[in-house]
Amino acid sequence: MTRKQRRLTMIGGSLAVLAVAAALVLNAMRDSIVFFSTPSMAAEKQIPAGKRFRLGGLVQPGSLVRGDNLAVNFSVADGSAVLPVAYKGILPDLFREGQGVVAEGAIDASGVFRADTVLAKHDETYMPKDVADALKKQGHWKDDYGAKPSASAAPMQGAPK
Amino acid sequence: MIAEAGHYALVLALALSLIQSTVPIAGARWGDAALMNVARSTALAQLLFVAVSCTALVMLHVSSDFSVANVFENSHSTKPLLYKITGVWGNHEGSMLLWVAILALFGGLVAAFGNNLPLSLRAHVLAVQGWIAAAFYLFILMTSNPFLRIATPPIEGRDLNPVLQDIGLAVHPPMLYLGYVGFSISFSFAVAALMEGRIDAAWARWVRPWTLVAWIFLTLGIAMGSYWAYYELGWGGWWFWDPVENASLMPWLAGTALLHSAVVMEKRNALKVWTILLSILTFSLSLLGTFLVRSGVLTSVHAFATDPTRGVFILLILCFFIGGSLTLYAWRASTLKQGGLFAPISREGALVLNNLFLTTACATVFVGTLYPLALEVLTGDKISVGAPFFNLTFGPLFVPLMMAMSFGPLLAWKRGDLLGAAQRLTAAGIAALVAIAVAYAWTYGGSTFAPLAIGLAIFVIAGAMCDLAERTALFRAPFATAMQRARGLPRATWGTAFAHAGVGVALIGIVCETTWNSEYIGTLKPNEVARVAGYELKLDGVTQRQGPNYREMIAQFTVRLDGEKLSVMTPSKRNFTTRGSSTTEAALLTRGASQLYISLGESTNEGAVAVRIYHKPLVLLIWWGPVLMAFGGMLSLSDRRLRVGAPKPAKASRALQAAE
Repeated sequence: MTRKQRRLTMIGGSLAVLAVAAALVLNAMRDSIVFFSTPSMAAEKQIPAGKRFRLGGLVQPGSLVRGDNLAVNFSVADGSAVLPVAYKGILPDLFREGQGVVAEGAIDASGVFRADTVLAKHDETYMPKDVADALKKQGHWKDDYGAKPSASAAPMQGAPK
Repeated sequence: MIAEAGHYALVLALALSLIQSTVPIAGARWGDAALMNVARSTALAQLLFVAVSCTALVMLHVSSDFSVANVFENSHSTKPLLYKITGVWGNHEGSMLLWVAILALFGGLVAAFGNNLPLSLRAHVLAVQGWIAAAFYLFILMTSNPFLRIATPPIEGRDLNPVLQDIGLAVHPPMLYLGYVGFSISFSFAVAALMEGRIDAAWARWVRPWTLVAWIFLTLGIAMGSYWAYYELGWGGWWFWDPVENASLMPWLAGTALLHSAVVMEKRNALKVWTILLSILTFSLSLLGTFLVRSGVLTSVHAFATDPTRGVFILLILCFFIGGSLTLYAWRASTLKQGGLFAPISREGALVLNNLFLTTACATVFVGTLYPLALEVLTGDKISVGAPFFNLTFGPLFVPLMMAMSFGPLLAWKRGDLLGAAQRLTAAGIAALVAIAVAYAWTYGGSTFAPLAIGLAIFVIAGAMCDLAERTALFRAPFATAMQRARGLPRATWGTAFAHAGVGVALIGIVCETTWNSEYIGTLKPNEVARVAGYELKLDGVTQRQGPNYREMIAQFTVRLDGEKLSVMTPSKRNFTTRGSSTTEAALLTRGASQLYISLGESTNEGAVAVRIYHKPLVLLIWWGPVLMAFGGMLSLSDRRLRVGAPKPAKASRALQAAE
């Protein structure tokens, strides 16, 4: 092989791998990306049943009902809309009514959001960034949601870090 | 007084780093040895002052001096001594101080042990280190000073985030930073080479051990972080494809590629320009990781603070170093002499393939990590890219990489014999097929993918052993001869075999844990029994206990297998009053490489408690793999060739190259 042929082999090989990688990325982007919505955004966009998304908002006070065998029902509200959520499992350590939560799952046929993951704030002053941003946008932001996470307030989520 | 001394030492370190970043370069331009030697003394002095600064902060934390804001916010007088010390870097300011301390440590090591480096190269390398150090000292002093006082000192501190009150904090951040920051050395070497316009095989010989050291620590740091998340967060997960984890994985992938391309450069004097680029990219990804974690653009366990000025400052540092070094690269790379020639089927070719796949895999992680951020900035849409994305992109790219991994070491330099290598791997191929058959038969009707993945892992492990057997002529020569040859093998060869086998070991753990994990989630009352994977776990009872700075609810489980009592497990839930937050302390029972895992949920009024019980088969292999990789790295590092140090390039040849 001449120098030129070798170089072409190299470049051709690299391009092939990059093309495969790009195809994989685009394919994965189409199928495995999850959007974030608040209850009012979900109502507005008419998210179809079965489509996965992340639901963020505040756990409506008084809505938490514990059923048998770790089944939990609660509602997520953002001031203008409310969405009932059903979850089965152990809630994060600091899941509380009236405070921020992010749940991942899909709306079922009866209009209930079936969550398979629930992430909750993990600190008195912390609210998931997505929720805080969405609430601010809608003008429901109150300063007492924790004026600003202080330098030490290591925000964290209950489930996947 | 101590706080002021620490602060002052840091200012002095900044001054020294400014001298270190300018004077030696001027010296190199004018050929003045005295000025070039300034680099050495300033680097050592800088290390001394940063050490003073760190010691000061540790003393403040240990003595619970709550007049210092950093101590007040992150410490508590009842906190155990270990966490008072580790709490120093369990917050933004302290962890940045640790970052610069490790940077100064590496600079000091180059200064102390770089006696065999050409004077001008050492001057340039240390000067680049000086720039990085100066940028981060400025960052700390201007936006994140850990020594700020509070006007009216409170009596008690606010305590450290309970999740961080764990032995993991003593090990994980320092290890990870040793890795992250260690890559600054290869970056400095690369930039120095570009500035000097000269690079040779000896350069790769100096860079390799430093890269290897950084890589070993990063490997162990990531593995440690993963294990910590596994037992501390109470979800039994060990990798979440969280942006912060990805931020540490990207430099690791690029660093692994760098490690391999540096071999080609050292042995064959080829891939020079590519190695330089990889050195720059690896450290750039480390800086990017620091930015992602420290700027608050991401929310995670690691994001201690969200202060916009900090984010902007780190972003500026990031742009300056990445942009600057890449510009320098674009400008100067063409002046570097192109390297030797080799056939596609050769050791070099295999290493290029390795680099290709590793960097591509790194690029997919990069896209998955930064795409959500970019999309939010551009369109305002919020998305999350989770495990499915990475499984679909990262996974397929690793399969060919692992298949090629066994072939690489068996190919000769320059021109290899693929068929010959394949023949020598016959035993590994057979072992892999047997493993697939056994795994398939054992789990008949289950996943078909898992047995194949296990076969791949066995192929990698057996391939590494084949390589060793081939080199020692095991089974062909008398045993004593083989042993003698084994002793004669370069340590680096052993290192390669161990590191490669480590990848296979980790893969077995990953596949077994994700495929055959069994779990029980439910509520248990005292004396009720849960059954998981053949084990019977009886809840004996729940008790309360008072810890040093928390209250604890402890559940006691008796574990039986086939009616025989094995052990007692005591998971607990700790409630930290100062912060009003709680942590879940999982109980682990190790059986061989498998583990039983219990973590507690909330307790109900009737004395029942929610529990999560997992049986994780061969889960420990996930971390033994990286430990094996790091061990392989250490063997390579102890290789005589690297320990003795690179020979000085002959004067004549240097003059020749300079004339080019």
